[in-house]
Amino acid sequence: MLERRLGLIVNPVAGIGGRVGLKGSDGAEIQKRALELGAVPQSMKRAVQAMERLKSLDHLEFITYPGEMGEDAVRACELEPRVIGSIKPGETTPEDTRNAAREMLQLKVDLLLFAGGDGTARDIYRAVGTEVPVLGIPAGVKIHSAVYATNPGNAGELAALYLKGRVTSLREAEVMDIDEEAVRQGAVFARLYGYLKIPFRTSLVQNLKIASAGEGASLASIAYDIVQKMEDDCLYIIGPGTTTRAITSELGLVKTLIGVDVILNRKLLAADVNESQLLALLEGHPAKIVVTPIGGQGYLFGRGNQQISPEVIKKVGKENVIVVSTPEKLYTLGRQSLWVDTGDPFVDKILTGYTRVVTGYNERAVRKVSC
Amino acid sequence: MAHQDISQYRFTDGKLNLRRFHQAKWDEPIIFELSRKGQRGILVPEVEEEMRSKTGDVLATLPETMRRQEPPKLPELSQPQVLRHYLRLSQENLGADLNVEVGQGTCTMKYSPKINDQLASHPKLAELHPLQDEKTVQGILEIMVRFEQILKEISGMDRFSLQPAAGSAAIYTNASIIRAYHESRGEAEQRDEVITTIFSHPSNAACAKTAGFKVITLYPDEDGYPDLDALKAAVSERTAALMITNPEDTGIFNPRIEEFVAVVHDAGGLCAYDQANANGILGITRAKDAGFDLCHFNLHKTFSSPHGCGGPGGGASGVTQELARFLPVPLVDFDGQKYYLDYDRPQSVGVLRPFYGYAPVILRAYAWVMSLGAEGLREVAEIAVLNNNYLLKKMLEIPGVSAPYAKSRRRIEQVRYSWETLTQETGIHSEQLGLRAADFGIHYWTSHHPFVVPEPCTLEPTESFSQDDLDEYVDIIAHVADEARTNPQLVKTAPHNSTIHSIDHTPLDDPSRWATTWRAHLRKVRETED
Repeated sequence: MLERRLGLIVNPVAGIGGRVGLKGSDGAEIQKRALELGAVPQSMKRAVQAMERLKSLDHLEFITYPGEMGEDAVRACELEPRVIGSIKPGETTPEDTRNAAREMLQLKVDLLLFAGGDGTARDIYRAVGTEVPVLGIPAGVKIHSAVYATNPGNAGELAALYLKGRVTSLREAEVMDIDEEAVRQGAVFARLYGYLKIPFRTSLVQNLKIASAGEGASLASIAYDIVQKMEDDCLYIIGPGTTTRAITSELGLVKTLIGVDVILNRKLLAADVNESQLLALLEGHPAKIVVTPIGGQGYLFGRGNQQISPEVIKKVGKENVIVVSTPEKLYTLGRQSLWVDTGDPFVDKILTGYTRVVTGYNERAVRKVSC
Repeated sequence: MAHQDISQYRFTDGKLNLRRFHQAKWDEPIIFELSRKGQRGILVPEVEEEMRSKTGDVLATLPETMRRQEPPKLPELSQPQVLRHYLRLSQENLGADLNVEVGQGTCTMKYSPKINDQLASHPKLAELHPLQDEKTVQGILEIMVRFEQILKEISGMDRFSLQPAAGSAAIYTNASIIRAYHESRGEAEQRDEVITTIFSHPSNAACAKTAGFKVITLYPDEDGYPDLDALKAAVSERTAALMITNPEDTGIFNPRIEEFVAVVHDAGGLCAYDQANANGILGITRAKDAGFDLCHFNLHKTFSSPHGCGGPGGGASGVTQELARFLPVPLVDFDGQKYYLDYDRPQSVGVLRPFYGYAPVILRAYAWVMSLGAEGLREVAEIAVLNNNYLLKKMLEIPGVSAPYAKSRRRIEQVRYSWETLTQETGIHSEQLGLRAADFGIHYWTSHHPFVVPEPCTLEPTESFSQDDLDEYVDIIAHVADEARTNPQLVKTAPHNSTIHSIDHTPLDDPSRWATTWRAHLRKVRETED
């Protein structure tokens, strides 16, 4: 059997601000305050919980950074890591995380496992983008991104299945973060930073009778539905995401993955637009907005697509908002509602109620929208 | 009897005794791999000269276009090899008659009385051909007409077609009738939407789609019941029909079913009732009394003909008087003198499949109902519901399992459980519990489309199993759930006493690798490996 390589990065300060009520752990000053308030680092413990599930794998090399950035967690599981890089113990920085990720990419790890929160996910994203499969062990205060397994044990298990070749699908998942400084002052503003490539399995109990072509087939089906029914001389404001990207791909266009694009008569009219550009384009054109809920959270507006502002939504009209989602994404939302948080209570109110969600060609789900 | 032994000696010194079981394992290749050129089952002797001179070339009457250009590529084996092969495969199987088959919820795996099989294989039936003249098949036609009267009584509907091949074929029949109805009113183009619920059997969405409708799926409300407000938001002048299962595949009965029907009727749509889950409501509620315009039954499962691969299946589509003109042709009728096939139905949706239904399946179902009578049918439902709620109570005593939705309410004939808590606590998944349960000789099935309930398992005990049977089943599940905490490695590496140890499911997600025939396997798998 071939040797497989797993990279492990632990952000030792991830989650440190949570229990002491600091709404995050970004910034050296906050980390110092958290420690003063008696915070205990959580990420090492959670990394160990994940690594426990990987202990039984043969022919697996663990590559990690020194001490608290991973080495300790691997050794706590009685495993022998290959340690690279260097750090200043007790004073690790985001730069260390980025360096570690880059070096592991160069060493061609098969999977990069990291323990941290949204700040850590952003650092990993900046360092490696979608060049290597990544999976998050949830350990931070802010877990808005969709790159984590549901708990540390599941992260370890999914990693093991992926390394054994039992899970082969990869999906691009959102890296989201909120501005911590703004949150501390009472405002929430989530931004979409990009996508990491994560191993993906609809369910670990998938069985013979429901074998399907997976999420890819659903995406193609949704894109076909939208493109088939596109109206002439109507602006299509396409929100961020991989679901909406399927629509532009169907048209042979390139999508700004984390931005908003505008399509007119099946051609790209404007890419990566902001609110004022949108408002200007809306003069003299009927328009439709195509958005997809954020995986795991269900936000339609107000998270990662603030360009589509309350003003824009008001001009386009509620009846021209098209919500698209694969059935698989809806299942993961369970019974929770879809959400809107545009910043304008009046617009939020208009958008609430029941909405149809395009789940495939001529297929719709009816889901509740709340604010 | 062995069965009594296990209940009599269920406990030794207060410790539970579980059945000891080990399955045969034969390492048996696929039959095509056993083929050797020239091996034969039977060598037919040459026809004697005397006979040949009288008959001439019997094949000469076959038209050239109907003759094979080359012989079929069948595996070449001797008779004992074939017999051995299939006997071995049968030993590597955990069949419905071999275990306490309550683990395949949604499929109503009740016992199929063997006497009904004997009736169905009696030469008087088995040797009939569907192309025989009506006059020579009066007996089976009479049984079809009588059975239709029974289904009418059970459902309240006015006419039935027994032609559909199974449940989904019956749902498709109903979708076709819905389309024909709106066409007859000039509204076919306008009414192009069918509404269903996420926990209705997915065939409702699939068949509506196949029949050309757009499909709208409702999700449950906060209490886990079908969401009436969502339905109100979904209906419009475009609504063709509501097509739902009740009780849903979760075992939950829709308490607002009358309002559901009324909302759709007010919008001008029809209501079709998927009665695949009818086993808990036979003789208790009727589709037409609830306001439905169409319904269907599965003659396999609910009416005891064997299910699925033990089948074939049989569907029955029932409609109100107003919709009867659209039923598929032929219908079987009686003119006062003789039974006949009625093809003269100009508004019919046409022929769903050749002929007029699976005669052996209809005969088994008819024999089953006649052996029970009306009171017996109601008792079937009552015992099925009682069994299920007994099992529900016993199951919920196991730490780590829950019955999501409609909290603390009873279920009808099945329950969709969730092991989410156990999985979080132990890392053991529902599927792994099922593989370990197989070590004790029971079947536990984890295919639950759609995957809305996490770590699901659906149990449906029907009326066929005794309290002892159910106790044995739930004891095994409790034992396995306990092993998930005390010896998770044992569960993860299960099954240990079964033929197949673990199957890699990933090729099933990959169209370029899945193969349902030997030819496809050779093309997709063997060639790419070489």
